[in-house]
Amino acid sequence: MTTATIRQLLERLTAKIDGPLIAIVLAICVLGLFTLYSAAFQAPARFGAQALYMLLALFLMWISAQVHPQTFMRIAVPVFFAVLLMLVGVALFGDVRNGARRWLPLGFASIQPSELMKLAMPLLLAAYFHRHAAALRFREFAIAFVILVIPTAMIARQPDLGTALLVAAAGFYVIFLAGLPWKVIAAGVTAVLASLPILWGVLHDYQRRRFLTLLDPSSDPLGAGYHIIQSTIAVGSGGITGKGWLEGTQTHLEFIPERATDFIFAVYSKEFGLLGATLLLVLYLALIMRGLMITANAPTFFTRLLAGSITLTFFTYAVVNMGMVSGLLPVVGVPLPFISYGGTSLITLSLGVGMLMSIQYHRALVQT
Amino acid sequence: MAELKNVRRELHYFQVRLGVAGALVLIAFAVLFGRFFYLQVIQHKYYDTKAEDNRISIVPIQPNRGLILDRNGVVLARNYSAYTLELTLSKIPDLQGTINALGKLVDISPRDRRRFQKLRDEGKGQDNLPLKTRLTDEEVAVLAANRYRFPGVDIKGRLFRQYPLGELASHVVGYISRIDDRDVEKIEDSDQAANYRGTDHIGKTGLEQSYETALHGTTGFEQVETDAGGRIVQRGTNVRPLAPRTPPVPGNNLALTLDIRLQEAAERAFGENRGALVAIEPATGGILAFVSKPGYDPNLFVDGIDPLNWDSLNNSPDHPLNNRALTGLYPPGSTFKPYMALAALELGKRTPTQTIFDPGYFLFGNNRFRDDKADGHGYVDMYKSIVVSCDTYYYKLADDLGIDNMARFIGQFGFGAKTGIDVEGEFVGVLPSPEWKVKRFKSTPAQQKWFPGETISIGIGQGYNSYTPLQLAQAVATLANDGVMYRPHFVDYVENPVTGERKYVEPQPIKTIPLKEKNLEFVKHAMVGVNKEGTGARAFAGAKYVSAGKTGTAQVVALKKDEKYSEANTAERLRDHALFIAFAPADDPKIALAVLVENAGFGARAAAPVARKVLDYYLLGQGVDRPAAPAPKLSDDDDGDD
Repeated sequence: MTTATIRQLLERLTAKIDGPLIAIVLAICVLGLFTLYSAAFQAPARFGAQALYMLLALFLMWISAQVHPQTFMRIAVPVFFAVLLMLVGVALFGDVRNGARRWLPLGFASIQPSELMKLAMPLLLAAYFHRHAAALRFREFAIAFVILVIPTAMIARQPDLGTALLVAAAGFYVIFLAGLPWKVIAAGVTAVLASLPILWGVLHDYQRRRFLTLLDPSSDPLGAGYHIIQSTIAVGSGGITGKGWLEGTQTHLEFIPERATDFIFAVYSKEFGLLGATLLLVLYLALIMRGLMITANAPTFFTRLLAGSITLTFFTYAVVNMGMVSGLLPVVGVPLPFISYGGTSLITLSLGVGMLMSIQYHRALVQT
Repeated sequence: MAELKNVRRELHYFQVRLGVAGALVLIAFAVLFGRFFYLQVIQHKYYDTKAEDNRISIVPIQPNRGLILDRNGVVLARNYSAYTLELTLSKIPDLQGTINALGKLVDISPRDRRRFQKLRDEGKGQDNLPLKTRLTDEEVAVLAANRYRFPGVDIKGRLFRQYPLGELASHVVGYISRIDDRDVEKIEDSDQAANYRGTDHIGKTGLEQSYETALHGTTGFEQVETDAGGRIVQRGTNVRPLAPRTPPVPGNNLALTLDIRLQEAAERAFGENRGALVAIEPATGGILAFVSKPGYDPNLFVDGIDPLNWDSLNNSPDHPLNNRALTGLYPPGSTFKPYMALAALELGKRTPTQTIFDPGYFLFGNNRFRDDKADGHGYVDMYKSIVVSCDTYYYKLADDLGIDNMARFIGQFGFGAKTGIDVEGEFVGVLPSPEWKVKRFKSTPAQQKWFPGETISIGIGQGYNSYTPLQLAQAVATLANDGVMYRPHFVDYVENPVTGERKYVEPQPIKTIPLKEKNLEFVKHAMVGVNKEGTGARAFAGAKYVSAGKTGTAQVVALKKDEKYSEANTAERLRDHALFIAFAPADDPKIALAVLVENAGFGARAAAPVARKVLDYYLLGQGVDRPAAPAPKLSDDDDGDD
């Protein structure tokens, strides 16, 4: 094989990979691996596992970048209903782990269908609006909301509030970008605000308590509150430059629960300080801005909606997670994209990035 | 052209929306950056100190559990504080060695060791367990001085539950005990998880269990700083965003309708006998006394019960842990007859004056159903049938009414249905009917058929009939209250100990059974006759009030046809149960009750005197000794037939 053919092969392999996106994702992944090495010093196996997950995720990203957007649209309906069916399966005979019924046993492995819903939901809604693009009226939006609410409610009942939140956000972004009238948005916000006192009166004591716990971590100081207080200390003690890599673990970090998964940002900002946190903010911002650019250039209604929703979902992940760890938002189980330990979210995120790449590559090819 | 314009306009709309979203992203990131700047630059010193010097932890502050009081304010359950010696298992490498070394400082009895072992076996997830409770001041001093030698060993001041009256009303109050794995699951499911983080104990039976939520209170929290060894160096530290200290809110007090002096009189009246008694205020459904004998000492359970005590309670043939009043199922025997008579009147199957002849048996096909009086009661009308408790009258009546009518009418009084009382675990019992039998023998269809012969013994409260003493009391209270049935309840009001606010349990009428006044009056009149000149007369001789009653005897073993029951030659636990239902004063009932004395033979002899003592106590305020004078008699056999 000559160098020319190798170069040709490489070119063909990377033709559909978006340069800026892959660069940003790889940079975040590298930061993530460093942080995980420090955070998971008591469980070194996690580092190797995460590296393997990343390779798998990159491979899946590559595959989904090869798929034509038309195909995404074509498979939207069957994928959505397949995932919905799996959610029903979870509700009926799912495995219970850590008090929540989220896993569907498949014999050889278990999967979390709720995770797949994060992609299936925007796929279906984007395809739905695309089909009815000629005349989007109240009816279409109402139906879209019904489609949104059913799987969200099923996931929230598992219970898995973090995933339910992300699924709902992904769906809502599609509806918003499809042109949900501002009047409706304003009316919706007003109605919710106005009905809060009434709703509050109807709720049972325990439901109110649950709501308050969500809003106010101090109502469960040994659970959610403990997490927040320890992670806030960790972030604050990082200072401008941080304690330095592997230094955080020597002192305080053993008190941080879930420090390799949902609370990994506490480790990161303790060790790398405000500078590190700013770098990460910039990287996420770059990822999102690149996504929004792809969205703006996307050729069809379907691809615009899909790309916009995927991009804004990344945004939701990042803001909810960092907001939670720094004590701004309630504790909800949302991972930090490309950094938190765990294969499932890594794979969904990468599939999403792959879709963005596919949309970007095919922008000229479909344009009419 | 217009279409293209349209497309362009749509694209423009979309881009506006995308712009809005982009702006939102920027704002959110700016807020995050602001937050990081605040924490890592402005507040950096503060958090850095917190992180480096000490470990901040949050400790729960246990709320005081609510008290349980009787209707006159007598305390049935309270708290006291004491020091306990607690071991944190994960911090102790050599557990046996540590316990032995501690044993040299303070006395650790074999009982303490056994109990500790049992706690370890039961609470798999629990790290912190008490080795010895209620330390004396000297023990506390010795242990405190030597604590540095024992990592993972702590002396903690804790609140303990105490039941000052011991066995008295133990089945009503119940007890709390250490939270076990099953409780943990329940708590996790109930949205109370946060509230139980500082709690070791939970109600296991009785009111302690059923009113757990009201009694528990709300756990408080405090931020503390600990040194490397885990000892607290400062309390009430303030690390945002949590408050330095949130005080606990004490649990509510329960005030009962139960009168503990009446309860005591009732329990004393049982002597050494096993059995149950439920006394209800007919006009409200409030429980006045609720006895299940034998009882047990609930204090044994609080700190974890010693296995030896547990075995002796659990394996006793007397089953002291069984709440007989709530979960014991017994045939009502002849206490069923007043309801049968009322059914006959209401359904027009009998008039009060209609008379039958009782030769001492009732022939149904080839089967001879015996009356207890071998030579029969002769001519019997309805009044006499209740007063002397004539079986033959009711065999015949059952045949005339039919099982469906009986089940439908008598079921209205709550037989074979949950009463809805405010404690958990109530049993349903069996109101026999052909439908019930089909359900009961679902797996063996051959046994589903209802035989007409089975109806006959149902008529005298035998056969498949089986009810809780609570149901029997509820039924007689409903009868006393002219058919208006109230939900029986223990708790009069729930009191907030801080504000003094009281939430009363309003009497809840469940239903009103439509009954003709003259029929009701007749049956009540006949029950007055029972205590004046019938089977209850001896027990109620000389009473200073007019009472209504009915005796009953429930067979433990089915006797063979034509076989006469003999008290003397039946092994004690196969002897009949004695029953009695009553209410008084007859014209304006203040109390209605059902008594069951296990294996005590005739109801008139064993159960009626218990009822007499309770009614005397409640209505006259004392335990009156009965005069020895014999009562006027209608029947020649003073134990009657029941």
